[in-house]
Amino acid sequence: MTDRHTLPVTADQEHLLEQTWRDPPGWRGWIGAINHKTIGRRFIVTAFGFFIAGGLLALLMRAQLAGPQRGLVGPDLYNQLFTMHGTTMMFLFAVPVMQAFAVYFVPLMIGARSIAFPRLNTYAYWVYLFGGWMLFAAFFLNSGPDAGWFAYPPLAGPEFGPGKRVDFWAQLITFTELSALVEAVVIITTIFKLRAPGMTLSRMPLFVWGMLITAFMVLFAMPSVMLASTALLLDRLVGTDFYNPNEGGDPLLWQHLFWFFGHPEVYLIFLPGLGFLSTILPTFARRPIVGYTAMVLALIATAFMAFGLWVHHMFATPFPELGKAFFNAMSLLIAIPTAVQIFCWIATLATGRIVWKTPLLFVLAFFFILVLGGMSGLMLGSVPLDLQVHDTYFVVAHLHYVLIGGAVFPLFGALHYWFPKITGRLMSERLGHLSFWLMFVGFNATFFPMHWLGLHGMTRRVYTYPAGLGWEGPNLLATGGAFVLALGTAVAFANAWWAWRRGVPAGDDPWGAPTLEWATASPPPAVNFPAPPVVHRRDPLWHAPEEPTHVAGLALRQREVLVTTVRDAEPDHRYRFPVPTPWPFLGAVATTVLFVGSVFTPWAVVWGAAPVAIGLTAWFWPKKDDRDAQAIALERAP
Amino acid sequence: MNGLHDVLLSGGVQADRVIDLWRLLLWVCSGVFGLVLVGLAWALWRAPSVRNGSRPLHPDGPARARLLHWRIALATLVSTLLLVGLTAASIATGRALAGLSLDGALHVEVTAHQWWWELRYEDDPPGALFSTANELHVPVGRPVLLRLRSDDVIHSLWVPSLGGKRDLVPGHEVTFTFRADRPGVYLGRCAEFCGLQHAAMSLQVVAHAPAEFDAWIARQREPARAPTTAQRERGRTVFSGASCAMCHSITGTDAGGRRAPDLTHVASRRTIAAGALPMGEESLAHWITDPQSVKPGTNMPPTVLTAEDLQALVAYLGSLQ
Amino acid sequence: MNPFHNPAAIRQREAAQARVRRAGIALDVSELPSFGFGHRSLMWWGTQGLMAVEGTVFALLIGAYAYIALQADRWPPTGPAPDLAWGAVHTLVALLSLWPNHRIKQRAEQLDLASVRRGMVVHSLVGAVLLAIRWAEFRHLNVGWDDDVYGSLVWLLLGLHTTHLATDVYDTWVLTALIWSRKMALRRFADVSENALYWYFVVWSWLPIWAVVYGVPRWL
Repeated sequence: MTDRHTLPVTADQEHLLEQTWRDPPGWRGWIGAINHKTIGRRFIVTAFGFFIAGGLLALLMRAQLAGPQRGLVGPDLYNQLFTMHGTTMMFLFAVPVMQAFAVYFVPLMIGARSIAFPRLNTYAYWVYLFGGWMLFAAFFLNSGPDAGWFAYPPLAGPEFGPGKRVDFWAQLITFTELSALVEAVVIITTIFKLRAPGMTLSRMPLFVWGMLITAFMVLFAMPSVMLASTALLLDRLVGTDFYNPNEGGDPLLWQHLFWFFGHPEVYLIFLPGLGFLSTILPTFARRPIVGYTAMVLALIATAFMAFGLWVHHMFATPFPELGKAFFNAMSLLIAIPTAVQIFCWIATLATGRIVWKTPLLFVLAFFFILVLGGMSGLMLGSVPLDLQVHDTYFVVAHLHYVLIGGAVFPLFGALHYWFPKITGRLMSERLGHLSFWLMFVGFNATFFPMHWLGLHGMTRRVYTYPAGLGWEGPNLLATGGAFVLALGTAVAFANAWWAWRRGVPAGDDPWGAPTLEWATASPPPAVNFPAPPVVHRRDPLWHAPEEPTHVAGLALRQREVLVTTVRDAEPDHRYRFPVPTPWPFLGAVATTVLFVGSVFTPWAVVWGAAPVAIGLTAWFWPKKDDRDAQAIALERAP
Repeated sequence: MNGLHDVLLSGGVQADRVIDLWRLLLWVCSGVFGLVLVGLAWALWRAPSVRNGSRPLHPDGPARARLLHWRIALATLVSTLLLVGLTAASIATGRALAGLSLDGALHVEVTAHQWWWELRYEDDPPGALFSTANELHVPVGRPVLLRLRSDDVIHSLWVPSLGGKRDLVPGHEVTFTFRADRPGVYLGRCAEFCGLQHAAMSLQVVAHAPAEFDAWIARQREPARAPTTAQRERGRTVFSGASCAMCHSITGTDAGGRRAPDLTHVASRRTIAAGALPMGEESLAHWITDPQSVKPGTNMPPTVLTAEDLQALVAYLGSLQ
Repeated sequence: MNPFHNPAAIRQREAAQARVRRAGIALDVSELPSFGFGHRSLMWWGTQGLMAVEGTVFALLIGAYAYIALQADRWPPTGPAPDLAWGAVHTLVALLSLWPNHRIKQRAEQLDLASVRRGMVVHSLVGAVLLAIRWAEFRHLNVGWDDDVYGSLVWLLLGLHTTHLATDVYDTWVLTALIWSRKMALRRFADVSENALYWYFVVWSWLPIWAVVYGVPRWL
């Protein structure tokens, strides 16, 4: 029997491929698996786990604020609650969950057998998980950060933020930023180099474009917060003066560095949401998207402009007026590319045929919730009005409208859409509709009153408020809404759980969708595609197959992946990918020891560096089967 | 505590201008939002509903595609023009706000602390400079120039009915100008998270007719009233003997602490503890003996006194009008 | 002349295309090479990503330095600027190392094992020397990291560059051991080429940092 797969792929060959590509069983699989779908599943579940944790923290906050002077939660715990809620949602849920879906689906959508750098991808997951555990361990030990999710010094500095609380926050940034940066490199390399032959850049699905652009944004935005948090840790632990005004430092330096990251950060969350929309909407409108090129350019424009807005978080601080006017203008103009996208989506729906399934409902909510959030964003972008509503509940309303409308609702749409591919089973439509309406009504009941509260003087981050200012009613409504929203998400998770256990089998392509992930089994085999596809057009599954249909000639007993060229995806070389190994896990453990140790003593950096170096060296060092006869036989120089 | 605390209920010209901008934005944004929803509803109504998995449509022919693209381009152009217009309106409002005339302005230096506001009225000749806390009295119709600074963390001064907020950042000094055009009380709060009692760092602005304001200032410039009863005399002694004078000052006595509010005319204020309690003997007693139960985390330590000493102290403080 | 017209790249691409064969309805890729150099390799993209991230960090830190320095009355606020000598030695050695670096990259792309083995040993020694020089630089900065914000900025700038230098030197040592070992495989030549590319970045990124640490306190 030949050592390479041929067309058609025989059952024996599929079996061999499955053995070559699958994860090891048992505990060796737990710590050694590197398959992107395995890691992607873990990543998605972990991110939703943090979402639930962040949501529970919010419910505690809302319970405290349901009435004036409630006394359920004192100021110290409340300050930890809102800091943990924001930090968890922004760093442990919103960005990671998008990267998680990318890790699972991008290789499938581009017709690849693997993600690039699978071990690095695995390492990034473990680092993220361990960082999240560190943060929650600190919280449960009453040492949770309490200076807000953007930790302004001097409050977060050594003098006014004593103890280890803010140190844990700053180190969490290090964990999540390392994880996100690694993932960004992995995603960019995957998209540029592992696409199926014939999938030129202009034939890529819009979700893939969205993740590519998001990954580039990560590369240029995350370093800013890494720098800021490192400087904060140094101020707190070894006496540097970056943010200390008594020695020439400047608290505003923190704000510039943080928001230079912080504004693009929300677009790191928003752009994948736009990608979800562009995936789900065409499927349930039964037609390709209107204006593909404009959509791509809109994503790119949004990404660039996102780097030019950050001072709008600082309009109340000392900053030249002319500069503020520039950021005012940019903050409004960034609405233009999003408007283009909205018009294209509406045109797609108007000229299509509608399939009323749950994923579409969640995506339609975007048009109500995100657009409303965008409108309040225009208000906040206008300097004189911002100076009134900045740091009030008006901002809380705005940020939840744009993040939940722009990312979380599309995310739940993506969950319902792609669940059948991941698990092979369909979620219940009835429970899907129920969870949608609970979430939609609950969300608006929670956050709409907050616009009113901000205009009527209620500031952010207050653990209680006095009676007699008229804030009682809207706060009570917001609390009620929060519980309804929570119930809605609980129904959605219950739906997912039951469907996973005993849902209706989905088959390869339950929605009749156009993209390549639906061209393989549900769930996909370990190798993704026993016969990797060749692509001739956009939306390949909606066209009759053209020849050549597939790739043949890759090895059966080695993990060979076809690497193609960047622009036109022409076949270039066959790279042998690594086999499962525990070194990414062990490397992440060593990294965690180094990071957590350095919260307590700077010597941890020195002593912790050795195990990290050893771990990474062992990881990189080739294994014995890299030099066996078969591997040598497959070698061919360029 | 009552007073105006509403962005949309203005007591002065700066807030008025922002309300105008707000109205413009509200109308335009509501209109756009409505149009998007109408567009979506029309699209969903117009397109036929089909079963899951039904045959997909093929992409548009060139003529249809061009028509769609032109319509989208037009909608984008209209959106762009609206956004440019809104930007211009914002900038124009900003310039109007910056153009407030400062002739005859009242100068006050505001220093924010965790969790109270220190106010020093600057116009006086140096000998008659005075300091007060948490209550900013201003004359109606005259501009006020506040010099803002912070000694500890970042705070933000916000009185919604009078104007937008300004952050008080350690290491930076900024100015903020406003004018109260209608007499009354305006409630303000700290608007930048500053620690445990950020929620209870209120600032009240009391706007008086000019004659009333002059009378108020004249009283504030005077040193503390001497005690007129034995109990109040005892109270002053208790004040000097307990640790109060380490942080608080009362002009006309030898209490000169600068780390806490000046108490020379404390009884003339409407609240104590930055708005946490209404002024009154019971409040004073509560605050002095158990401040943590009022503002957990406050820097004010509890003071242990016998019942008579406490009553005397409270009587003395209550006399400092 | 078209800057994108690269005859060598075009030849490589045509050679690759020639090695893909049609086999009925399939595309047979079994004759393709098992690795590639430059932007054809996955590792190149990983290295580019790392350079983008690190470059952004340095650019932002230099920006922060400028933000603070332009607000200050005197710069440095107290005390003398860092001694020029060791910084100059570092820059000289780093620039000189670019020539052997260029050679090793070429040799790797020609699959010349003997030459690459020698070159990597040289490269490893250069790295060790630069780390020693860096140690001396730290001792002649004339300011402590906790003296004032200027001290903090200088130490962080130099410290971050040192981390970046040290990790690349360690990486070089490991790669050197690997190519001398029995585990040497053809695709390791691509790793050597990437390592050389990254060395260019380490040297070029040093120049603006050198100017900021040693020059700006004297010019401002």
